[in-house]
Amino acid sequence: MTPGLLVHSAGPWCTVQDLGRSGFGRLGVAPAGALDPLLLRAANVLVGNAETTAALEWTVRGGVFEIQARSARVAVTGDCSLAIDGLPVAPWRSHRLTRGQRLSVEARGDLRGYLAIFGGFAIEPVLGSLSTHVRSALGGWQGRTLRDGDALPLRCDEAPPASELHVDLAALGARPQALRIVWGPQDDAFAADVRERLLSSTWHVSTHSDRMACRLTGPPLAHRSGPDIVSDGVLTGSIQVPGSGEPMVLLADRQTTGGYPKIATVISADLRHFAQLRPGEAVRFAAVDLDQAIALRAEQEARFCAWARSVAGPRPAPDAAADAHVLATTNLVSGVSDAADGPVV
Amino acid sequence: MPEDRAAPDVLRMLAVGDTGLCVELGDGISPQVHQRVLALDAALRAAAWPGVVETVPAYRSLLIHFDPLRISPQALRARVAALRRAPDLALAARRRWTLPVCYQDEFAPDLAELADRAGLAGAQAIAVHAAVDYRVYFLGFAPGFAYLGGLDPRLATPRRPQPRPAVAPGSVAIGGTQTGVLPMVMPSGWHVVGRTPARLFDIRLAEPCLLRPGDVVRFAPVPRAEFAHLEARAASGTWRPAAEDLP
Repeated sequence: MTPGLLVHSAGPWCTVQDLGRSGFGRLGVAPAGALDPLLLRAANVLVGNAETTAALEWTVRGGVFEIQARSARVAVTGDCSLAIDGLPVAPWRSHRLTRGQRLSVEARGDLRGYLAIFGGFAIEPVLGSLSTHVRSALGGWQGRTLRDGDALPLRCDEAPPASELHVDLAALGARPQALRIVWGPQDDAFAADVRERLLSSTWHVSTHSDRMACRLTGPPLAHRSGPDIVSDGVLTGSIQVPGSGEPMVLLADRQTTGGYPKIATVISADLRHFAQLRPGEAVRFAAVDLDQAIALRAEQEARFCAWARSVAGPRPAPDAAADAHVLATTNLVSGVSDAADGPVV
Repeated sequence: MPEDRAAPDVLRMLAVGDTGLCVELGDGISPQVHQRVLALDAALRAAAWPGVVETVPAYRSLLIHFDPLRISPQALRARVAALRRAPDLALAARRRWTLPVCYQDEFAPDLAELADRAGLAGAQAIAVHAAVDYRVYFLGFAPGFAYLGGLDPRLATPRRPQPRPAVAPGSVAIGGTQTGVLPMVMPSGWHVVGRTPARLFDIRLAEPCLLRPGDVVRFAPVPRAEFAHLEARAASGTWRPAAEDLP
């Protein structure tokens, strides 16, 4: 019997994500990947996976999952209530479950989090990644969000007993009062007082936000001379200002190029916080320079890696031989499906 | 300026946060500026500097995605500025594609209106659209979606006020001064003037996108019966559109 993870109940927008698909922007392919890469990596560290292993990204609600393997080690990161067969257990740590046991994830403080499982999923990568990009029906589980009744094949049928680990929340860092940006590349498309308004205003997350962009409402940012530029490349964190003047922060499912001026760019260390912003929530921005941005990122990375090293003892790694059944059990084109039933934006 | 140097082509370099550097090689949209973009892109791909994650060409600029913990933006700028184009550096081969297009009504809901606006008969509008060697500037928006330059100004039309929620793959469409082919079902505000049986994006192929930046595309009108025939062959993998290499 193929080891699997049965989805009893999937919250909205539960998808398979890893750290994203890089190298294919030139083909128009979005990176996708975990909106909070640090939480994904933490969940993987807890179960003994490589940090790049794909996990489930749960959203808004959580979900109920049943182990269909002899045993499995799982870890859930993100603030939630967790139960095994109805009995509450601690989140932010690993747990070993056996066949038939059910894990319930109920979101609490966080909007999104990750469920990692020892060995990961036996799903064939698409363009080098297991990340789901729903809009183009690419990657992950059949290119779509998970549905009740989905059974995701696992690489490992068994997770050997080992000491369980927990996350040091200090290693993840807290959300700063104001999210940090660096100006540009097209800040010169806006007058000085308009640029100042980006920093002095309190913005609110629009209900139309999704994995593609966090749309913000607030006082419009008027362009000096129209909202059109010669289309150029964008990246995750680009703050585009379309004709409406209301900025949008591009996130993992973003397009690869765009034709609106980008007044500023969210620094890479702070991007993860967009995973947790709820519709209606207030957001403020503060400007830093490039050197500060890189220093903040280096600090974040050093803190996380110090924790990861501190817990990585002699733990069993997922068995490489488990890969052998992957090719036998997955359809090579399982990452592709008709986009007709995808969302329309 | 010496022909073997890429650096003098650089108009400006703009920081895009702490993980991106946008190198602009000209101000407008032209094949000459675009050729410099492709040359810089090829040079960076050949150089494969540690810390450079990927490069994304557009009309007049190249966005370099980099890992700031592996290469500093200052070092990256200095390296780009000092870049010499190797004399034997070959750009990716450019091809001229002939894409059959059926312009008949069922595939062309917006053709009559476009022709009217341009003061052309339907058949003339088709002839105008099919008479151009379009240049592939870049792929963006969606996997395999090519921005084609060279549309006859008479056919340029602002986007529809209300995008259609789902437009069929293979649809040949016009948006503003651009024309293109939709690689998959997607929402679109572009005006649909025909459909090609060619597959623009096929994830099962080693090179999933049919078109590359720099390629040339020409549309060839075909009747409905031939469209259906080619469509069936494309579905079974026994037909791809014809291409010839460009010098």
